[in-house]
Amino acid sequence: MNWQPSASIATLKKRALLLHKIRHFFAERDVLEVETPLLASSGITDLHLENIECQFTGPGFAKPLNLYLQTSPEYAMKRLIAAGSGCIYQLCKAVRNDESGRFHNPEFSMLEWYRMNFNHHDLMQEVDTFLQQMLACQAADYLTYQQAFLMFTHIDPLHCQVTELKKFIKDKGEPDIASVLTSKTDLLQYIFCTHIEHKIGQETPCFVYHFPAAQASLAKLNKDDLRVAERFEVYFKGIELANGFHELTDKHEQLKRFEQDNQLRQQAGKEQKPIDHYLLAALENGLPNCAGVALGIDRLFMLAEQLPHINEAIAFNITNC
Amino acid sequence: MANYSTNEFKGGLKIMLDGEPCSILENEIVKPGKGQAFNRVRIRKLISGKVLEKTFKSGDSVEGADVMETDLAYLYNDGEFWHFMNNDTFEQIAADAKALGDNEKWLAEQDVCTITLWNGSPIAVSPPNFVELEITETDPGLKGDTAGTGGKPATLSTGAVVRVPLFIQIGEIIKVDTRTGEYVGRAGK
Repeated sequence: MNWQPSASIATLKKRALLLHKIRHFFAERDVLEVETPLLASSGITDLHLENIECQFTGPGFAKPLNLYLQTSPEYAMKRLIAAGSGCIYQLCKAVRNDESGRFHNPEFSMLEWYRMNFNHHDLMQEVDTFLQQMLACQAADYLTYQQAFLMFTHIDPLHCQVTELKKFIKDKGEPDIASVLTSKTDLLQYIFCTHIEHKIGQETPCFVYHFPAAQASLAKLNKDDLRVAERFEVYFKGIELANGFHELTDKHEQLKRFEQDNQLRQQAGKEQKPIDHYLLAALENGLPNCAGVALGIDRLFMLAEQLPHINEAIAFNITNC
Repeated sequence: MANYSTNEFKGGLKIMLDGEPCSILENEIVKPGKGQAFNRVRIRKLISGKVLEKTFKSGDSVEGADVMETDLAYLYNDGEFWHFMNNDTFEQIAADAKALGDNEKWLAEQDVCTITLWNGSPIAVSPPNFVELEITETDPGLKGDTAGTGGKPATLSTGAVVRVPLFIQIGEIIKVDTRTGEYVGRAGK
C-alpha cells in the first residue's frame, strides 16, 4: 500500500509559501479573511454542478439533517457581505461530485474574494495584478466571449443558431458529439473548451468576459447590451483558472435563475435541488454593489510549479485519501 | 456484453465503436467550471490497428466488446490458417492472414504468441517481443570487419529480412526485436 503523499514534501513547502503570499496580497489591500461552513442545508442548482450530500444526527437532530458539502463558499460569503462585512476573501476547501481527472480532484482548494463597489472590469484588473505577483507572468490579454469565438471559429456566439454550431463540430470530424448535444449553451461550451481554450492565454493569462446571457450564472446582465452577462473567466496555458461576476444583487432575478436552473435539471432528467432561501433573504435585505471571483488554488499552484497533474499539487488525492 | 459508463473508462477497457472492437489507450476528463463534462479518449481499433481520438459526453454509456487476450504456442501453417495451441488445455485455434498481418514473418514453431480474441475468434496475433531465428541467407562477411558499420541484409528461417552486422554468417541463430524488426545480438548471449 502506498501511504506516501502524491506531492513531495519539497513541493508542499512551496505550496505553503504560495498560501502565505496570497494572504499577504489581501492583507495589503485590507480585505478581511473569513471562514464559512463547508456543510450547509442547501446546495447548488446549477445544471452541471453536483454536491456531495451527507447527514448529521446528534443532539437537537434526532431526525437526520440533510447537508450539502459546498461546491463554493459563494452563498455564505454573500450573506456576510449583506450583513456588512465589506471586502472579504476566503481560502477553503470546496467539494464537487462527478469531477476527477488531471485538473480535478473532487475535494479541492478554492480562493474566493469579493470587492465592494467594484464592477467586473475593476476585479479583472485586480485578478491580473494577483496573477502577475503569484505566477511572475506578464500582464494579461482581454477578449470578450464574442471576440474569442469570432477570432478562432468565425462564429458569432450572440447571433448563431444551434444548426450552425452543430455543423461546425461535424465539420471538425466529431459528428457523434454534435448529435448528442442539443442546447445552444452546451454546444457553445463544447466548442469553447475544444477549439478556443487551448489557443488563448498561452504566453500570458487571458481574460474572457461578457458571456452570453444564458451563461450569466450569478452575474448581472450588461445594461447596455442585455445579450451578455458581466461574467469573466481566466485561462492560462490551457487551464481554466478563475470565474468572476459583477454580482447579481436583485432577489427576484436570483430566484428566477434558481428556478430556471431547476427547469433545466428537470429537462435533463436530473433531480431538482432545494433553493438557498438564506441567500434570497440576504439579497432582499440588500447586497451592496460588488464583484467576486473564485480561483482554483491547486491549479494556480500547478501553473506556478509546472506540475502536470493535480495530484502532484496536493498532499493526498481521491485515489489515496 | 455489458455496457460501460464513461466513469468506468480507463486504459485497456475494450469497447465497441462503429461495429469494431476497440481498446481505450488514454482517457482524459474535460469539465468546464460551469459546463457539461466530457471524456476525451484515445482509442485503438483492434482490427484495423488505427488510433483515433473520440469525445464522449460524461455519463453516457457504450457497449463493451467481448475481447480477451490469451497466450498460445504457434504450431504450423496449413497454407490458409495459422494454428495455435493452449499448452495447458491443448485446445487449438486457427487464425487467418488478416489476423496475422505483418507478424507472420516472426512466427517460429513453439513460440508463445499473444492472440486477441473477439467473440471467440482471433483478430490479432502478437509475436513475443524477442524471437530467436536462424539465418538462411546472407552475403559472406568481409574479413576483419567486426564493427558492423552499416551491416547487411539477412533472410531468416521465417522469411523475415533484417539488417545484421557483417560478421554474422548463414546458419547462425540471432535474436531480433519484433517490435522494431531490429537485430539485437547472437542468440544465447
